[in-house]
Amino acid sequence: MTTTQPRSFQEIILRLQTYWAGKGCAVLQPYDMEVGAGTFHPATTLRALGSKPWAAAYVQPSRRPTDGRYGENPNRLQHYYQYQVLIKPSPPDLQALYLGSLAAIGIDASLHDIRFVEDDWESPTLGAWGLGWEVWCDGMEVSQFTYFQQVGGHDCHPVSGELTYGLERLAMYVLGIDHVMQMPFNDPQSPIPLTYGDIFRQTEQEYSRWNFDQADTDMLLKHFEDAEAECERILAAPAKDKAGRAIIMAHPAYDQCIKASHLFNLLDARGVISVTERQAYIGRVRALAKKCADAFVTTEAGGGVAA
Amino acid sequence: MPDLLIELFSEEIPARMQGKARDDLKKLVTDGLVEAGLTYAGAHALSTPRRLVLAIEGLTGESRSQREERKGPSTAAPEQAVQGFLRATGLTMEQLEVRDDKKGQVYFAVIEKPGREAAEIVAEVLETTIRAFPWPKSMRWGAGSLRWVRPLHSILCLLTDENGAEVVPLTIDGIAAGNSTRGHRFLAPDSFAVSSFDDYAAKLKRAFVMLDPAERADQIWNDATNAAFAAGLEVVEDKGLLTEVAGLVEWPVVLMGKIDETFLGLPPEVLQTSMREHQKFFSCRNPKTGRIEGFITVANTETADHGATILKGNQKVLSARLSDAKFFWENDLRVARAGMDEWLDGLNAVTFHNKLGSQADRVGRIAALAREIAPLVGADAEDAAEAARIAKADLRSQMVGEFPELQGVMGRYYAQEYLKTTPPRSPNRGLDDAAGGPGSGPGRAPGSGPGRDVSAIADAARDHWRPKGESDSVPTEPVSVAVALADKIDTLTGFWAIDEKPTGSKDPFALRRAALGVIRLVLGNGVRLRLRGLFEVAGHRCFDAAYSKTMHFDVSESGKLTNPIEPKFDPASVRDLLAFFHDRLKVHLRDQGIRHDVIDASLFQTAAISSAHKRKTVSALNARLEALDVGAVSLPSSDKEMLYESKLRPDADDLTLLVKRAEALAAFLKTDDGENLLQGFKRANNILTQAEEKDGVEYSYGADPKFAEGAEERQLFAALDTAEAAIAPAMQAEDFAEAMTAMAALRAPIDAFFEAVQVNSDNEIVRRNRLNLLSRIRQICLSVADLTKLEG
Repeated sequence: MTTTQPRSFQEIILRLQTYWAGKGCAVLQPYDMEVGAGTFHPATTLRALGSKPWAAAYVQPSRRPTDGRYGENPNRLQHYYQYQVLIKPSPPDLQALYLGSLAAIGIDASLHDIRFVEDDWESPTLGAWGLGWEVWCDGMEVSQFTYFQQVGGHDCHPVSGELTYGLERLAMYVLGIDHVMQMPFNDPQSPIPLTYGDIFRQTEQEYSRWNFDQADTDMLLKHFEDAEAECERILAAPAKDKAGRAIIMAHPAYDQCIKASHLFNLLDARGVISVTERQAYIGRVRALAKKCADAFVTTEAGGGVAA
Repeated sequence: MPDLLIELFSEEIPARMQGKARDDLKKLVTDGLVEAGLTYAGAHALSTPRRLVLAIEGLTGESRSQREERKGPSTAAPEQAVQGFLRATGLTMEQLEVRDDKKGQVYFAVIEKPGREAAEIVAEVLETTIRAFPWPKSMRWGAGSLRWVRPLHSILCLLTDENGAEVVPLTIDGIAAGNSTRGHRFLAPDSFAVSSFDDYAAKLKRAFVMLDPAERADQIWNDATNAAFAAGLEVVEDKGLLTEVAGLVEWPVVLMGKIDETFLGLPPEVLQTSMREHQKFFSCRNPKTGRIEGFITVANTETADHGATILKGNQKVLSARLSDAKFFWENDLRVARAGMDEWLDGLNAVTFHNKLGSQADRVGRIAALAREIAPLVGADAEDAAEAARIAKADLRSQMVGEFPELQGVMGRYYAQEYLKTTPPRSPNRGLDDAAGGPGSGPGRAPGSGPGRDVSAIADAARDHWRPKGESDSVPTEPVSVAVALADKIDTLTGFWAIDEKPTGSKDPFALRRAALGVIRLVLGNGVRLRLRGLFEVAGHRCFDAAYSKTMHFDVSESGKLTNPIEPKFDPASVRDLLAFFHDRLKVHLRDQGIRHDVIDASLFQTAAISSAHKRKTVSALNARLEALDVGAVSLPSSDKEMLYESKLRPDADDLTLLVKRAEALAAFLKTDDGENLLQGFKRANNILTQAEEKDGVEYSYGADPKFAEGAEERQLFAALDTAEAAIAPAMQAEDFAEAMTAMAALRAPIDAFFEAVQVNSDNEIVRRNRLNLLSRIRQICLSVADLTKLEG
């Protein structure tokens, strides 16, 4: 294999986009809401449900407030990028397709040790689970590879294959960088070379402070409850609108579920949720996710209505 | 005689599941073949991460035809019975035969099963096996409905004999069996055909797949020890890791690296755990310094640069991991040296159980209990309390947050640092330390030194968790023993107080293990203590905790006290918990070869009963209790506990004493005298019991030697006097062997008595005197152990 080595973070992203576009995926854009992982994008969570075939790939900015380290930790960020691929039904050569994507970003399987190590995936907040592996390259976890079995409490028929790449970590490995903030974001030969730190060090500091010390917990709690109420209200609305059109509002309801999930993460980072309460909050978000999934499978995109 | 080769080729099978999958495949297929009438000479199962393989040698080519006759209902039987018989046999009415039987005409079914070709049977058995395979977790993929551990890609199923190889025709969910497979994913990915097991194994080896997991493990271990030796190091043995790693690779390539100098100051357990858990590396130790200085990683591939890139990558990941560990270690040491307050306060935020409060609440209870237990196990009370107070601090450390399995191990390191820098809390202790002179503080044995026993306290932080499992040894240092006992007894009484006892196979809080831990701590250290008293003390503390957590005044509703879960710790709880301990003790001693009934004989007493009426009541209770033992009757638990308790020896909560008695009794019963004495006792007891029931009286008024008629009878009187005089002081001194030797001396006189004397004399006075004499035998023997409980 004679792929040239990529020189920047963005080149790795661009190569993945090109690769998966070439394999027939619809290259989507990030979802325009705060989410904890690429899985939350409705292109994964909702589209993994129902019988309609699907193939999508996208970058998803993701936020995990508790992982903030004020930009000081070489590997941890409260805001980072995931690359997500979802194909339904999972093709028989998904492992080979995945290995092709590694080759595309310069990981030559004849020089490296690539392994599929058991790691089953479960999202208590989404009521979802699947079986698969974490993929190791020379002892380093570079992706998560999952066959979805259940989402929102619904069995997946057919099964989707999901690939999640932790982009910063993968890119740091490919580019040989030890501290994320030193990673070239664009080409280092550019007229104005920018590192990851040039773009994100300050925001990591700002958000870390806000996440840990400043976020108004009373307000967050109220927002959580508002999102929860709105989600339920949307789903409880009559099946037909005032003009008599049958429109189930699964996506707007799911947006509220995403909001609730992120608000919970913020509350968690502020340390105001006790161990016992934690389970209760997760259960509340899961209940919303299940209701959204119930609604989605009755829609056309969810395969519930003959197109 | 053909050989059978099966390969189920899939995406990567989790390493931990491969061993059982091999066993299951072998069992399910061979059982199925045998059931269908085939026989075979040998079978062995193999696996790699991507394939599960079964090779069967010497399979019969076809099953024999079978003829089975089954007798059915009478021709006069109702229609339903005949229809049922037809369904059961799969025949039609016309196929049934009518034959004469003793009771008239009866239907007979004659079922002919023709012999079948092996291939047909194999196809059937393999399909059933695949569809019903007992994976711990299985999944669907794509649009199919088949379940396997990960997507199944191909099936190789081949019958080979001297005429050649034949593919067994078989299709499961679109996967047709064939004769081809693939080699290593990267080194030899192309498909190739095989003709027999030998051909298969040889071609796989050329295609960079080592089929046998044992061979892979051997190679890894040999290469690893050689590589380490060459670098002046030795590999730390780890069988579990070796098996796991052998299940992660098809073509093992061992690579060795050195750990960066900056990390060598970390505790060896941290290095080992981090490398093992995160990276699946073996640790390499410098035999001269004992330090962990290197690692072995096992790659799944050969590369042009001989693994240089792979090793460099692994080294980099390791450095990132160990940087984290070093960061945690340094932060943790800072907290420990500053007095651990941050952690001890933090334990308030760690819920132990929502009805029993936080870990901090629990630490308070354990410290109090450890102080009370300390004198019973030869520990200093202040040391035990101090150890208990800090033993769980490491739960809040960053290192244990990252590696929960290092709990305890880190506790000891942090306790050492803490004790170096923090003065004792006890005021008495403070004076001692301040004076700096020889020990003269109150409550301290002379010569035990001035301050606290720092190493005993630190060790207790590590060892109070132990024994962690059946294979773990028991701590012996007294401070560790005191805290370990306090920890487990608090757990048990706590869960008893909130009624969360183990039921059936459910034991979510590992209470059986906790009880076994107490038993092993007590027996292993020969500790003499009375569990009832400790249960009461510990149970009341837990009750108080649970009470404050669960009882609420519901003012908004009725203003009444609401108690969603009422905690309870009363005498019944103590009885029930003790009965739980006795059950665990029996399981424990059974594993050591001491019989169940010998333990019962040491545990219970058959009390002297003063009236026939009471005897009847007790025997009715006995019947109920025995029914309970076999689970036939369900009584309210309080009733059950009362019955149980009423039959226990008062000292049945002293486990060391109990086991001492059981061991002496077991040894005694192995002797001739013991066995014969038991028979003599049983004979005496039976005659006596029958007479007492018949006469409605109890013969316990003392036999009088003046009514003795023969020499044998007089000798028995004399022997009983001698035995009684020897047994009572021996029992008092807990010298059970001595008491049993004295009891054994009764064997000959009892045998001689029964040989020569008829108990049921016509002379009523003589008869009663003899019954009273038997009663003395019973009393004396029962004072040693409850021989009525013994079988045989």
